[in-house]
Amino acid sequence: MQPIQFGRREIVLTWPVKCRVGVRAAAITLVMLGGVLVLAAMSLVYGTMQVRLIDAVGAIFGQAEGMTRTVVVEWRLSRVVAAIVFGAGLGVSGAIFQSLTKNPLGSPDIIGFSSGAYTGALLVLLGTGAVSFAMVATGAIAGGLATAVIVYALAFRGGSKGFRLIIAGIALSAMLSSLNAMLLLRSDSDAAFSAAAWGIGSLNGVSWLHVAPASIVTLVLLLLSGLQTRALREIELGDDAAKAHGVSIERSRFLLIATAVVLTAVPTSVMGPVTFVALAAPQIARRLAGSSRSLIPAAVMGALLLLASDFLAQRAVKGTILPVGVVTLSLGGVYLVWLLFSQARKRQHD
Amino acid sequence: MINTECQDERHQKGHMHLPNSPLWAHHLTVSYDKRKIIQELSVQIPHNSFTVIIGPNACGKSTLLRALSGLLKPELGHIVLDGKALAASKSKEIARKLGLLPQSAIAPEGITAADLVARGRYPHQSLFRQWSETDEQIVANAMEATGTRELSHRLVEELSGGQRQRVWVAMALAQQTPLLLLDEPTTYLDIAHQIELMELFAELNKQGNTLVAVLHDLNHAARYATHLIAMKDGHIVAQGRPGDIVTEQLVEEVFDLPCKIIEDPVTKTPLIVPIGKRNSQ
Repeated sequence: MQPIQFGRREIVLTWPVKCRVGVRAAAITLVMLGGVLVLAAMSLVYGTMQVRLIDAVGAIFGQAEGMTRTVVVEWRLSRVVAAIVFGAGLGVSGAIFQSLTKNPLGSPDIIGFSSGAYTGALLVLLGTGAVSFAMVATGAIAGGLATAVIVYALAFRGGSKGFRLIIAGIALSAMLSSLNAMLLLRSDSDAAFSAAAWGIGSLNGVSWLHVAPASIVTLVLLLLSGLQTRALREIELGDDAAKAHGVSIERSRFLLIATAVVLTAVPTSVMGPVTFVALAAPQIARRLAGSSRSLIPAAVMGALLLLASDFLAQRAVKGTILPVGVVTLSLGGVYLVWLLFSQARKRQHD
Repeated sequence: MINTECQDERHQKGHMHLPNSPLWAHHLTVSYDKRKIIQELSVQIPHNSFTVIIGPNACGKSTLLRALSGLLKPELGHIVLDGKALAASKSKEIARKLGLLPQSAIAPEGITAADLVARGRYPHQSLFRQWSETDEQIVANAMEATGTRELSHRLVEELSGGQRQRVWVAMALAQQTPLLLLDEPTTYLDIAHQIELMELFAELNKQGNTLVAVLHDLNHAARYATHLIAMKDGHIVAQGRPGDIVTEQLVEEVFDLPCKIIEDPVTKTPLIVPIGKRNSQ
């Protein structure tokens, strides 16, 4: 029998799982991973204090003392790990929501889940003056989930989904942003001042104390989302077709939404609501890698975007370190305008 | 008069048990949006049949198909698939016995025909075995059977309506279920593509698949079905071989449409010719 043509070069992987892999998607993913490594190395090496690469690597493996260790491991590595892991989390969160809403606008930063997570974090932070990261993170997760429940409740009335959900989400997102501003203005504590600093999303001053637990949770959820990818791809065919293929649709959808909300909320609890990454990473990855069954290209693209944005944010303006959210917001603004225009054009053609 | 006859028939058939019916329902009540669409309906799908369900809009035919496929949970009554209660079966287990081509399926952007057909293999795969030589063979066979093999590398969004529908059928075939349910598979297609698909279904039926389809076109139903179920207001009005049950009275009763029935000059099956209100003097 002649092998079937899938329309792209593919190889069949036999380990760790037996599956088809697009050659192009795999190659692009490897290139992006290379980019992540190079950027990570540059972030570790360059700065006010220059470190030789070999010393930086040595420091990571415990071969350095004193200032080099502090700068490389405590300051720079925590920031790099945060950018990579949280970027991947946001990228996957965006991919899941865009897939569930069947719309490139349906990402957690647009439909209010990051603002909601930030509201949750703010309420805990300002309400209790809590410095415990676990409490702030829990607040963020609760805020994100509550927002998801409200958006879905608003959108599902009447049965239609995708676009209604996005409109409801955008409206709620705007309301939450003003609520966040009000929370910050009405509070005059030091906590409010520091909270306001990451109101736009920033990796400035993150430490292992927060990055380590948040990264572990994010990595676990990334693994979980990997387990649910097949169900996600079936749900893309429509609820009826997915069900007919044996997907327990209510259960799968709930798990996917919960995973994606937490994948946004946990990074948000550390760095605030960083926009653009969840919105753009899955789409750029798709354009480069072609349609892929895997969420891995979106994850790697997310990591690359956040790492590159943070690298820029630290060096764009001499003498100042911008919050990474400023960079992503400017990039994201341009991208969003382009996306809206191309969507409108597509709608006209349909 | 015809009404009572049919109701008698319905009651007899409702309790008669067809030997080895792969899919049957007993005293089914199904609601949708709090409205009872189907009440106390019993039906058996004959083994190896090409069963076609017909009836006017909103008669409950699609609802019945959705209930039989497990998409809609019946309020009362039970459905038995392959000797086991549907409600007690796992969804993957159902998906290995019963395939469904829903009306509402969506092709994700950028997916190729072969990729879409391969999605039909989901119930036979697992996390660690997401693809195998068997899968590839079955996808190839399904595309061969539907005449879509040459389209395999093409993007689904670039195919014509008829080609696309055949790709969807191939996806359902790739599921490799002895039973295949089709919800209005020919709607929106031009007549040539409709006939092409009906011929495909008849051929699949000949090869040993049991098919159940909801159709709008009475003449297609009368020509290709081996077993016809006529529904109205959530009830089965008549069922049996098209040649036995399609009468002018039945069509008038079910569709409120005066007609003449002649013999199809090609297949010798009943051919319905509507009279229309204007010509009915």
